[in-house]
Amino acid sequence: MAKVKIKLRQEHIDIIKSICKKFDYKPGELINVLHQVQGEIGYLPAEVQELIAEELKIPVSKVFGVVSFYSFFTMQPKGKHPISVCMGTACYVRGAESILDEFQRVLKIGVGETTPDGKFSLTSLRCIGACGLAPVAMIGDKVYGRLCPDDVKKIIAEYND
Amino acid sequence: MGETNMDMIKITIDNKVVEVAKGTTILKAAKDNNINIPTLCYFELAGMDIVNKPGSCRICVVEVEGRRNLAPACITECTPDMVIKTNTTRVLNARRTVLELLLSDHPSDCLVCPKSGDCELQNLAIRFGIREINYVGEQSTYKQDDSPSIHRDMNKCIMCRRCEMMCNEFQTVGALSAINRGFTAVVSPAFEEDLTLTSCTFCGQCVAVCPVGALSEINHTGKVLRALNDPTKTVVVQTAPAVRVAIGEEFGMAPGTIATGQMATALRKLGFDYVFDTDWSADLTIMEEGTELLNRLKKFLAGDKDVKIPLMTSCCPAWVNFFEHNFPDMLDIPSTAKSPQQMFGAMAKSYFAEKKNIKREDMVVVSVMPCLAKKYECSRDEFKVNGNPDVDYSITTRELASLIKLANIDFAALPESKFDDPLGESTGAGVIFGTTGGVIEAAVRTAYEIHTGKKCPKIDFEELRGLEGIRSATIDFDGLPINIGIAHGLKNARKLLEEIREGKSKFHAIEIMACPGGCIDGGGQPRHHGNSEIIKARWNAIYEADKNLPIRKSHENPSIIQLYKEYLGEPCGEKSHHLLHTHYFNKHNVFEVDLNKK
Ligand code: SF4
Ligand code: SF4
Ligand code: SF4
Ligand code: FES
Ligand code: FES
Repeated sequence: MAKVKIKLRQEHIDIIKSICKKFDYKPGELINVLHQVQGEIGYLPAEVQELIAEELKIPVSKVFGVVSFYSFFTMQPKGKHPISVCMGTACYVRGAESILDEFQRVLKIGVGETTPDGKFSLTSLRCIGACGLAPVAMIGDKVYGRLCPDDVKKIIAEYND
Repeated sequence: MGETNMDMIKITIDNKVVEVAKGTTILKAAKDNNINIPTLCYFELAGMDIVNKPGSCRICVVEVEGRRNLAPACITECTPDMVIKTNTTRVLNARRTVLELLLSDHPSDCLVCPKSGDCELQNLAIRFGIREINYVGEQSTYKQDDSPSIHRDMNKCIMCRRCEMMCNEFQTVGALSAINRGFTAVVSPAFEEDLTLTSCTFCGQCVAVCPVGALSEINHTGKVLRALNDPTKTVVVQTAPAVRVAIGEEFGMAPGTIATGQMATALRKLGFDYVFDTDWSADLTIMEEGTELLNRLKKFLAGDKDVKIPLMTSCCPAWVNFFEHNFPDMLDIPSTAKSPQQMFGAMAKSYFAEKKNIKREDMVVVSVMPCLAKKYECSRDEFKVNGNPDVDYSITTRELASLIKLANIDFAALPESKFDDPLGESTGAGVIFGTTGGVIEAAVRTAYEIHTGKKCPKIDFEELRGLEGIRSATIDFDGLPINIGIAHGLKNARKLLEEIREGKSKFHAIEIMACPGGCIDGGGQPRHHGNSEIIKARWNAIYEADKNLPIRKSHENPSIIQLYKEYLGEPCGEKSHHLLHTHYFNKHNVFEVDLNKK
């Protein structure tokens, strides 16, 4: 076992360190630290978790334990165009699952993942309050309603220039 | 009698009125009255500061009058006049449901499981007479993970989290943590990485407490059998001190039975060409480590500011891994002496091989250890010569027992025999390496006499013995007070290291062992299933074995004296330094700025 070298950008190191400092390096504040770091950096890759563990003097397995427990935390960077498919009741009964499946098929990624070119990421969420338009998906801030699986390819094409 | 004690309360358990102390759990109250409530997630090693009671599995539920829900006995305290029933139909049905649910997400491959016959889940299935599993559901699947010491098969994990408790609370290593939630919840290293990529010390204490086959040792019995059957190989075996006081348990002998003689006979029957003893190299370790201590002390007393005091022992490889990962700024504090396992390997493949005219490649050195960290240790590159390891295979006490069973040997009926010469001759000082405090006591017996040039007024240093996590004593070296610290459990080691880092340590020498009680409860020993009486029996046996030996000081071991005369020259001399000492590595994660990363 050689030493593991963890590489991070200096600005990210600074951000993480200052957030940990702000919370007084208290292990009890781990969730808040993770929340803010994700807010700043967008996601929580392994390197970031290693550094947080180091700063708060807790095992990195504990940090990962928390990150993997809450679906809010993500280890993947969000795509340039984050896609979220509503899986709320209204959307679900109107076929949201087949919409989500189609996004996965077309983009060749799973839920919670990002395309290798960093363009699209895919998540599912609960009711976004547009039930009248069910089934609904959002790309960035834009809402797409009354979707059928055939629409998926067309929508993605809008962003594929 | 007749008096009422304020701290005692009356309860009724299975129609019997009994008195228990306030604060007693239902589980304990039942046990004290010979009622054996089943448990699974609950784990305790009494007197060792080890307890796991998440109250999560619910196999231990009982009925408490006046309560609507069944109560988990392991975490529910008795209250005055509580009426408890431990075996009503409702209770039994609830337990059966819990068990069947666990089994529905558990592979049914008991026949080929490394834990078969010694598994707490299997025992429950037997006890409940499970003949079919009424729940069918998806089974979770995880990747298998092999490290040099430990095999992880998380498909068998029942999420009792005992391993997590050992790794985090007792060892403060934190390689393992509960991750995910719901169906995919499991205990794992960060990022579901392999254990080798973590700061795991390979102490094996997670394996020692896992109730099921999720955690087990990497098994080398096949490789050993192959070597034994290869006519071109000379196979040499060494056995660690703690093995002889535990192996009998695998054959139904009482805990604490000293089975040294039967073990030597069994090893010969298995076909080992030379049956030697790690106690011999423990004596050698004392010569090297003791001399190193005296050299450092001499400089320290002469006012040398650079010399590192305290000296810390280095014979526990899990402890070595621990400081390499967590205290990389203090790598020059531990002794550079190799562990007895590695000293033995180095001497077998040089001194002994030359004596017998055996080529290095034609010799296979097997070690029998109470330990899983030794498997990792013998795979370290610095313990190889041109890729050939000083110790080829390290097997555990449990693995040796399985080899003996495989070979149709009736262990308990074997006549006793002695180890071979010269690497089998040893002293009582070598035996006590098997328990916490033993290494430093052995060192004191020798260092005292070398330093003062006088005979030590006593041999038994009771003040260094015991099972408390951290102990200390001052030994009078004929006018020179030597402060000694002892810790077992890496959380205790951490405390002593932090003291040193802060410049607050008062010790001249410190002994560390990773496992509770030292090697007698190593990760490779027969399983105690939470019965600390077994560990205490082994502990007693170690000191008894010491007393039974005619020579009890390492520097009086005739084969060791001969070894220095014939081969090594002086302790800590040039040849010893080359063959018997090592160096340590910084294994801490390093952060560096990546200028290319956008
Ligand atoms: S071997 Fe020891 S350090 Fe490694 S995971 Fe198990 S308990 Fe933790
Ligand atoms: S690996 Fe073993 S000890 Fe750890 S949680 Fe799973 S079953 Fe329990
Ligand atoms: S205390 Fe003994 S058994 Fe435990 S890891 Fe250390 S050397 Fe191995
Ligand atoms: S359920 Fe999808 S918008 Fe309400
Ligand atoms: S043993 Fe009591 S809840 Fe698991």
